[in-house]
Amino acid sequence: MTETLTNPVLTLLRLIPGVETLSDGMQVLLSGFLAGVILFAFIAVFALYAVYLERKVAGHVQDRLGPMEVGWHGLLQTIADAIKLLNKEDFAPKDVDTKLFTLAPFLVFMTALSVFVVFPYDSQVSIANLNIGIFYVIAISSIAVPAVIMAGWSSNNKWSLFGAMRSAAQIVSYEIPVGLSIICVIMVVGHMGMQEIVEFQGGGFWKWVIFRSFPFNFIAFFIFFLGSLAEVNRTPFDLPEAESELVAGFMTEYSGMRWAFFFLAEYGNMLAVGLVGAALFLGGWQPPFEFLSFVPGWLWFILKALVLIFVQIWLRWTLPRLRVDQLMYVCWKVLVPFAFVCIIGVGLWEVLT
Amino acid sequence: MPEIKTEDVYIELGRHPKAGFAAEDLILQMGPQHPSTHGVLRLECVTDGEIIKKAVPKIGYLHRCFDKHAENENWQQVIPYTDRIDYLASMNQNFSYAITVEKLMDIEIPERAEYIRVIVSELQRIASHLIAFGTYGLDMGAFTPFLYAFRDRETILDFFEKICGGRLLYNYIWIGGVSHDLYDGFKEECMKFLDYFEEKIHNEYNPLLSFNKIFIERTANVGIITPEQAIDYGLTGPCLRGSGIDWDLRRDDPYSIYDRFDFEVIVGKGEKGTVGDSWDRYMVRIWEMVESIRIIRQALQQIPEGDIISEKVGKVVKVPKGEVYGRTETPRGELGFYLISEGGKGPARLKSRSPCFSNLCVIEEMSQGYMLADLVAILASIDIVLGCIDR
Repeated sequence: MTETLTNPVLTLLRLIPGVETLSDGMQVLLSGFLAGVILFAFIAVFALYAVYLERKVAGHVQDRLGPMEVGWHGLLQTIADAIKLLNKEDFAPKDVDTKLFTLAPFLVFMTALSVFVVFPYDSQVSIANLNIGIFYVIAISSIAVPAVIMAGWSSNNKWSLFGAMRSAAQIVSYEIPVGLSIICVIMVVGHMGMQEIVEFQGGGFWKWVIFRSFPFNFIAFFIFFLGSLAEVNRTPFDLPEAESELVAGFMTEYSGMRWAFFFLAEYGNMLAVGLVGAALFLGGWQPPFEFLSFVPGWLWFILKALVLIFVQIWLRWTLPRLRVDQLMYVCWKVLVPFAFVCIIGVGLWEVLT
Repeated sequence: MPEIKTEDVYIELGRHPKAGFAAEDLILQMGPQHPSTHGVLRLECVTDGEIIKKAVPKIGYLHRCFDKHAENENWQQVIPYTDRIDYLASMNQNFSYAITVEKLMDIEIPERAEYIRVIVSELQRIASHLIAFGTYGLDMGAFTPFLYAFRDRETILDFFEKICGGRLLYNYIWIGGVSHDLYDGFKEECMKFLDYFEEKIHNEYNPLLSFNKIFIERTANVGIITPEQAIDYGLTGPCLRGSGIDWDLRRDDPYSIYDRFDFEVIVGKGEKGTVGDSWDRYMVRIWEMVESIRIIRQALQQIPEGDIISEKVGKVVKVPKGEVYGRTETPRGELGFYLISEGGKGPARLKSRSPCFSNLCVIEEMSQGYMLADLVAILASIDIVLGCIDR
């Protein structure tokens, strides 16, 4: 309890007069609520501008300009889109399973939101510094699978069901190489807490995990990155919502705000895997050189994540999509064996040095 | 609408519904509103999970009674309707109809008009293949090639707009010639575009999509049409040549002035998989664009000055009694018109033989056993236009 009671959100909360007098439990409850609000705002704003970034990058990749009309260079375009979505009718098709249909988008969004709790945004700044941080991230992100199946099943649409089943198979499969590549990191660091992992990597970019036990952690990073692409349904692994095959996958029957929640979750997940990649392999909030430490740590953290997100966007607008069996082939016959090799390599390295 | 009953399929497959542990089949209606059916095509699929057991195309959502309607029009009035048969290659449709009527009238048309016809129809072939290229990328999940294709197609449409005013439906090739002459400076602009475009094919399209590892994995060895099947189903155009059969009307039954040009007929060789797979059909279109560039270059160099429409054809076109079948090689294959004239002001009977209709028929046989994502790849590799199928 003492660890939780010193988290920055609680410190923020205690600035409000009178909060000190409440019981510990009430304070924790309130701080959780506040953290939720902060994260929601953070992800919503991020998603708006990630969409803008995506559209701009896509535009320039495709020899066009992207959004240009609303605001300076289209900066307000996605806000206009969000307002449009908010104004749309709350519509559910006939014969859907209303309870599941309504619940699914929120559950998906909830899982996307929950993982942000453990990230080390700066030294000492994280909402909850769990000692099993990375394990928590993997565990929570799996809750999205039943939620996606709920969405697909309740929509009463065969395309949605296809999308949901593909998504479930894909996320479950790709969690294995991702998990194995994360084990490589844990073996080097010897700790599962996110803050400890980042602190371990201080003192210049050559101390980052990606350059430890070279080349095994380097390969592990690529396995992690590919696996995370699949987990967040990005091209070339965007089969669950393959537009040309499944119309829109499990989101086919959703519209308006419900759809927007899936959308927010998607971009939230993109950011989440970017942040996880940055924290585990690229030193999190640690600057690449000591003399750059005047730049605030959270900026480094976000920048590193944005680089990974940019690569995700870049790949999306370059590559075609794999087929279901090829997807499974890549996972089980390429990534998983390589991940095992990496674990053995890292293990030997750690033992021998 | 007649539906496929699950039991019928089981009986066809030699299985009784209650026998064994077979899972129940899923009947999936793909279309008429679906992003990958390239229009209002409906495919009735019987699937086992994602494996296709049967996919039957259901057509007719875009039927406009072209053949019957043509009987009520006079000879020239049919031309705008031919535009709408295959709206992605309207010039070639105009061309085919005009040639057929001229064959029946037995007239010569001015040299310059012949060259203009070849130039515009080859430009149109490039524009049409660009759509095939772009939408194929789109169906495979790659969005960028689509916009590259549309960027370059735009230039061709700009040419057409400057020549005749239309960007999609032209009504340009008339009986006896063409409606407008080329504008000043067309030759230079066109040559410049051809140089630019040829470079784009080699340096942009091919590295981005054609030789992309994932794209090859998705298309090679998928949807193989054997040469026998191709002939049995009456396939024409890139679908036939993709199966390795060396047949192109421009060379083997030369119409207009195609015998004056030096070009190669591209056939599928099975470079990445088997002869006749989807990648072969796709690649035939890419190299055909390069051959079209060659033809246009030669035509632009040889084009003489002169009239653009035959003086023998008056305002009222008089066609003698008789029957005729004329055909040309459109981007999608052989488009033929069978005409009967009774000496009246318009055709007494008209029957069009559209390439897409024959090409689509093969899908039922070749899609069995593939996955749902492959069905999309196969459909896109056939490059159908629903206007051409339904007419």
